[in-house]
Amino acid sequence: MSQLIFYILSAMTIASALVVVFSKHPMYSVLSLVVCFFTIAGHYILLNAQFLAITHIIVYAGAIMVLFLFVVMLLNLNRESEPHKPGKMKFAATISAGMLFLILIAAMKSTTMETFSFPPPSTNGMIQHVGQRLFTDYLLPFEISSILFLSAMIGAVVLAKKEKY
Amino acid sequence: MGHADQIVPLNWYLVLSTLLFCIGVMGVLFRRNAIIMLMCIEIMLNAVNLLLVSFSAYSGNSDGQVFVFFIMVVAAAEVAVGLALMMSIYRNIGSTDIDVLNKLKW
Repeated sequence: MSQLIFYILSAMTIASALVVVFSKHPMYSVLSLVVCFFTIAGHYILLNAQFLAITHIIVYAGAIMVLFLFVVMLLNLNRESEPHKPGKMKFAATISAGMLFLILIAAMKSTTMETFSFPPPSTNGMIQHVGQRLFTDYLLPFEISSILFLSAMIGAVVLAKKEKY
Repeated sequence: MGHADQIVPLNWYLVLSTLLFCIGVMGVLFRRNAIIMLMCIEIMLNAVNLLLVSFSAYSGNSDGQVFVFFIMVVAAAEVAVGLALMMSIYRNIGSTDIDVLNKLKW
């Protein structure tokens, strides 16, 4: 059962990621990236990481993709204004990405992972467990990330502001 | 584990994340629109996140999931600054085509 769900989710993930790359219209790219993120959240639920699945949907589909959609609409990007690389460059890009995939798979095949064969039934992904780790062992990075957010917010406002002169 | 034969092997997750990462790399090389390239970088980040979560779930250690949480935080900050840069670039050169931005090219 879980293998079947894995197959369906993986097919949807890869298909929507390919649509992001090959779509002529930037809006379709954004929308299929939303689908891609939802299927990745499905993978997280399949891996028993419920807290991360919900956070992933809220952060990516709720915040990041809305930001992308706003920018694509604001800049009025459409099929006509879409720049394209020459065919030779596209061919080279596809070949080099395929070769990277081949090398990574070949490196992976020579490793053995018997210790990770079967996942033990655990509550590691539940919000109680992750929250306890986050607020005891990882408290300092958690607080520093709030400073990162503040500086990113100020930076975004400063960069996107219209210059007066 | 009575249903051990039903469980997804870890190698499948490795292959899936590798494929997703390579699709992201291909997108960065394939497209000229800087916003689409930023989206392909998001795909690459998500491939790494998926790999971290699967290793964390299969080894019974929740450190990986906390790491993924922090990666999401950094990705959100990166997208906010990146899109603000896109807006600024569009205002100055009138498009998001990266081949126009060749002033620093040797």
